Amino acid sequence: MLAFAVVRPRDWPESVAAVPAAGLLVAVGAVSPDQAWAQTKTLLPVVGFLAAVLTLSQLCADDGLFTAAGDVVARACRGQPVRLLGGVFAVAALTTAVLSLDATVVLLTPVVFATAARVGLRARPHVYATAHLANSASLLLPVSNLTNLLAFAACGLSFGRFAELMAPGWLLVIGIEYVVFRRFFRSDLLISATAPPPAQRAPVPVFTLVVLALTLAGFAVTSLAGVNPAWAALAGVVVLGVRALARREATPGSLAGAASPLFCLFVLALGIVVKGVVSNGLGTGADRVLPHGSSLPALLAVAAVAAVLACLINNLPAILALLPIVAAGGPGPVLAALIGVNLGPNLTYAGSLATLLWRRILRAHDTDADLGDFTRLGLLTVPAALIVATVALWAMLQATGG
Amino acid sequence: MTVLIWITEGTWQATVDAARAHAPANADLVLLHVAGADVSDAVRGSFAGLLGRDRRGRDPVSQVEAISEAAAAALLEDAAARLGRPAARLRRRGRVEREVVLAADGAELLICARDGDRAHLGPRSLGPTTRFVVDHAPCPVLLVWPEQPPGAESLPPPPPMGRHGPPDGPPPRPPA
Repeated sequence: MLAFAVVRPRDWPESVAAVPAAGLLVAVGAVSPDQAWAQTKTLLPVVGFLAAVLTLSQLCADDGLFTAAGDVVARACRGQPVRLLGGVFAVAALTTAVLSLDATVVLLTPVVFATAARVGLRARPHVYATAHLANSASLLLPVSNLTNLLAFAACGLSFGRFAELMAPGWLLVIGIEYVVFRRFFRSDLLISATAPPPAQRAPVPVFTLVVLALTLAGFAVTSLAGVNPAWAALAGVVVLGVRALARREATPGSLAGAASPLFCLFVLALGIVVKGVVSNGLGTGADRVLPHGSSLPALLAVAAVAAVLACLINNLPAILALLPIVAAGGPGPVLAALIGVNLGPNLTYAGSLATLLWRRILRAHDTDADLGDFTRLGLLTVPAALIVATVALWAMLQATGG
Repeated sequence: MTVLIWITEGTWQATVDAARAHAPANADLVLLHVAGADVSDAVRGSFAGLLGRDRRGRDPVSQVEAISEAAAAALLEDAAARLGRPAARLRRRGRVEREVVLAADGAELLICARDGDRAHLGPRSLGPTTRFVVDHAPCPVLLVWPEQPPGAESLPPPPPMGRHGPPDGPPPRPPA
C-alpha cells in the first residue's frame, strides 16, 4: 500500500495517474466512498484557495511584476554580486511568502537568471538561492505553500495568528540561508560586473501591486471576520482577471489554465490515496513513532520525522499523511510538521528521493548532473534551519500563550 | 598556433585584453564560453519537486536555458568586439572546469583570469573552477588579473627560519 502511494503519484503524467489510483482504492474497499467523499469535501476549499493563488501569481507575472522586481534589483545592486544576492533573497522570500513557492520556481527563477545575465554577473548563486528559498521561505503565510494551506485548514488558526507564530522562524531561516550562501558561493560573489547598468527601465505595475497588497490585507481581515480567506484571493483574481480580459491580455481559457485544474484534481485524488494508506496501517505506525504534546523535544521530533518523510516521498503526501496524526495535538505539532515538510525537500535535489529515483528510472539517458553542490548546500542549511525554526515556533507558542 | 581565450562573466575584459597584448599576430584566436549545466539542473530539480503540477507551457528550465544561450552569445559578441581581431566563437555547456580543459586540448595557449579572493594573495586567489583549469590544463596557461595586478610591494615578509632551513631550500654548500 505504501509503495503504491509512493510510486504511483510519480507516474507520468502524475495528475492523470492519481485519479485512477484513488478510484482503485475506493473500488477495492481500502477507502469507503463515504471516507473518500469526506476527504474530498475537506480538501475542496483548500484546492479552491490554491487555484486562486496560482491564478493570482500568473496574472501578476503577465502584468510584468516579476520583470519589474528584477529590474529594481538589477539597478539597486550596481554590479555588486553581494548586493544582487541580497536583492534576490528579498524578492524570492517575499514572492514565496505572498504568491507561493510555485510562483518562485516557475515565474521568478527565469527572471532572476535574466537579471544576473543583464547585470553581467554569474547567475549560479542567485539561481540556487531562488531554488532554496522556494522551500525555506515558504513558512510564513498559509498561502506560501500548498502544504501550508492544508495545515492551515487543519489547525484552526486565523491567518494572522498563523503568520505571527511562523514569522520569527521564517526570518531566522532566511538569515541562515543567507549566511551559508555568502560563504558557500564566496568566490562567485567576489567578481563584480564591469558592464554599465541596464539602460531601459521596466515599468512598475502599480495597479497590480496595489491589488496584491489589498489581497494580502484581505487575507487577514476575512480571517478575523471568520470568513475563509480564499474569498480575498478570489477577489484579487477577479479584479486582475477582469482587467486583463478587458485589455485582451488574457482569455477565459488562459485564466482557467492558470488555475491548473489538473493539478487541483491531482491534489484531491492524492488526498484519497493518502487517506487509504494512512487508515490501512501507516497511521498507527506513525502514531507510535511520533511523540505527542507541544514540548520542545516533541516539536523537534515531529519536525525531524516530517522532514525525513518529505525527503522520502515528497512534501505533499507527507503532510497529508501526518496531518490526521498531529492535528489532535493542536497548532504546535501541526506547525512543527509543516516546518519539517517545507524545509526537508532542500536536502534532496528534486524535492524527494522518490522523485529522484523515478526520474532516474524514467529517463536513464538524462543527466541530472551535479548533485554534489546542491546536496552539500542542503546539508549545511536544512538541519540548522529545522532546529532554529522549531525552537522559534516553540518560543512563540510559549510567549503568546499557545 | 591556437590561443584559447576563456570568457566568463565579470573577468572577460581582462582575458580579451591579454590576448590583444600577448597573442601572436598570426595566431588563431578562439573565444570560449562555458555555461554551467548545474544551474539549469538546479532549476530542473526544484521544478520536479513540485509534485503533480501541470507541466504544459510552464517549464522554467527551457526558459532558463534559452536565456543562458542568449546571454552567452551576447557575451561572446561583446568579447569579439573588444578583441577587434577575427576570432572563432565556441559555446559549450556542462561542468565548466572540465569543458574548459577539454576545449584547451590541442591549443598552444589558454588565457584565463583570477576569480577568487584577490585581497588575500595565495591559493584562494583562484576560485575552485579556475584552480581546476590551471591544474589540469593540457597547454601553457596565461593567468591574468581582472584588475591592475598588485605591485611587488604586496610581497609578504619572508617567514622566519624554521628547523627545516629557509623556505627556499637548503643553504648553498660552501665551495669545496
